[in-house]
Amino acid sequence: MTAVFEPCYAPWNETRGAEIIAEHASQEGATLVILHALQEAFGYVPEAAIPMVAQALNLSRAEVHGVFTFYHDFRHKPAGRHVLKLCRAEACQAAGGDALAARAEAKLGVSLGNTTPDDRVTLEPIYCLGLCATAPSAMLDGRLIGRLDQKRLDALVAEAQR
Amino acid sequence: MSMRLFVSRDAGAVAVGADEVALALEQAAAKRGVTIEIVRTGSRGMYWLEPLVEVATPQGRIAFGPVTEADVPSLLDALASNTPHLLRLGATDEIPWLKRQTRLTFARCGVIDPRSLDDYRAHGGYKGFERALSLGPDAILSEVTASGLRGRGGAGFPTGIKWKTVAQAKADRKFIVCNADEGDSGTFADRMIMEGDPFLVIEGMTIAGITVGATKGYIYIRSEYPHAVEAMNAAIVAAQRAGYLGDKIGGSTYSFDLEVRVGAGAYVCGEETSLLESLEGRRGIVRAKPPLPAHHGLFGKPTVINNVLSFAAVPFVLAEGAKTYADFGMGRSRGTMPIQLAGNIRHGGLFETAFGVTLGELVDDIGGGTLTGRPVRAVQVGGPLGAYFPRALFDTPFDYEAFAARDGLIGHGGIVVFDDSVDMRRQARFAMEFCAIESCGKCTPCRIGSTRGVETIEKIINGERVSENLALVEDLCNTMKFGSLCALGGFTPYPVLSALKHFREDFAPAPTTLQAAE
Repeated sequence: MTAVFEPCYAPWNETRGAEIIAEHASQEGATLVILHALQEAFGYVPEAAIPMVAQALNLSRAEVHGVFTFYHDFRHKPAGRHVLKLCRAEACQAAGGDALAARAEAKLGVSLGNTTPDDRVTLEPIYCLGLCATAPSAMLDGRLIGRLDQKRLDALVAEAQR
Repeated sequence: MSMRLFVSRDAGAVAVGADEVALALEQAAAKRGVTIEIVRTGSRGMYWLEPLVEVATPQGRIAFGPVTEADVPSLLDALASNTPHLLRLGATDEIPWLKRQTRLTFARCGVIDPRSLDDYRAHGGYKGFERALSLGPDAILSEVTASGLRGRGGAGFPTGIKWKTVAQAKADRKFIVCNADEGDSGTFADRMIMEGDPFLVIEGMTIAGITVGATKGYIYIRSEYPHAVEAMNAAIVAAQRAGYLGDKIGGSTYSFDLEVRVGAGAYVCGEETSLLESLEGRRGIVRAKPPLPAHHGLFGKPTVINNVLSFAAVPFVLAEGAKTYADFGMGRSRGTMPIQLAGNIRHGGLFETAFGVTLGELVDDIGGGTLTGRPVRAVQVGGPLGAYFPRALFDTPFDYEAFAARDGLIGHGGIVVFDDSVDMRRQARFAMEFCAIESCGKCTPCRIGSTRGVETIEKIINGERVSENLALVEDLCNTMKFGSLCALGGFTPYPVLSALKHFREDFAPAPTTLQAAE
């Protein structure tokens, strides 16, 4: 499992977007389901998709925009090539997470919530991965890492920068 | 000779290398020409021993841990020649940490293959469902009520009463909703049971559906739990194929089906009305109560919304009888609670036990104190909205009322341990910060109060007019506590006020601090 997993997203394409929306539109309360599906396909939710979702669900653009902006998960633009999430909640704080977050920020030269200028790494806080008995924890592109220490963090950062 | 090995597929085990160990075992065995079968189970909950490798023997399972890839060759040697190994822990069931527990809900977790419905049934699965079918709705309600089961999400509302309200409501459609938006730091019991024994959750929800007359259920799982989403989806498909979900379930006249919905990173959606809004595809804005979800819930229909652990407790109650369950516990807290030990702790993990064990036993004795070896200074019980308790309160028994009497809450059963390097001012500020980030924005005390709270605690940290600002924070906390619409704004004062009350020394102005000149 040491191979680097790189998320692969398609560029925004209206036809594909419409297909994805149509696939889920008949479900009850489909807005989140569709936004998730769009983000899974394109890596973010393109602005152009919002009115399409609204039309498909018979909602106003404002309503869909409101849902899109309420949830932390949905992205307005693509993330960096790799996304490194560090858990910043209490259990990880208790286990030395503050110092590790500061170290990651210093190594990458960006603060939490930002992407490096070369678009390689997005560094994000996450509030609890549920790995609180093996804290501190992190997630690199969907891969979970527990018992994080300086050495393991440095290796993760180096992997993300490749 | 074929060997049967067990390695956890739980996210907590995978995060510390369980997949790598399983792969290394397979490769090393193949190289030696040894036939092995690796069963990927849930976790036993002893996370300091993960990755845990168990081997089936005629005398039961023998455990080894924590195993790394490098240990694999010597482990296989020891197994082949039946000789001692440094990581050998003996019979799994005899490990004192496990043996001391009363595992009713987590009895199968870490034991069975969570992908196998046959394995679930072979270990007593669907016994509760079958008894429920023979009892019928009214008798099921009596059982659940008599068990004394209270909502395990945190509020502790009697499950039987909630179900009865929905059962009595008249509507063309009713829903069962499982709250699997386990956002509290220090909690992972929902995740563990969904990954390690997903059919149990399905069985519990199905029994609820039969009881109240609902035919459709949703499990709302947070997006931070991709492994749990996968496990639940796989289990639902298996249950549908076997006729345990869908039309005429288990050959009965009842119909019930389930669907997983994934959250999108909003902590407030763990609040039940916000969760319902989110399920309906809207912003996770809290609804004012009444009307209660039991009358006017999902899509405006009567809805049972319970936590994962509440549903997961139900099959035992039905299979073994209400009295067997209620015989455990103390006072009005009946049965067992899966307690989660987390943070800076030596023996972290899931410890299911009857209510009544003291906080001190849990932290010092069972948890083994801090991982860093420094003295325990504070423990936060019940997630980000729970109070910080000092050692002086370690005699508090784990019980809903006992914690409330000391201005705390047991919440979802998470305990986060901090050593003496903790700065309680920072923890108090974080509580407000977290509330500000996660507030849904509907009510002013939470939306504005949390931001003002961060600013004011910041001033205290900077030594600006400390005593005035402390008074202001306390006043603000009272406004939030009594004026907020839901537990997010209403309970954020718990960590803040408990930090102020029990760790006042951290907030004292430094004697040499001068006022900053503006």
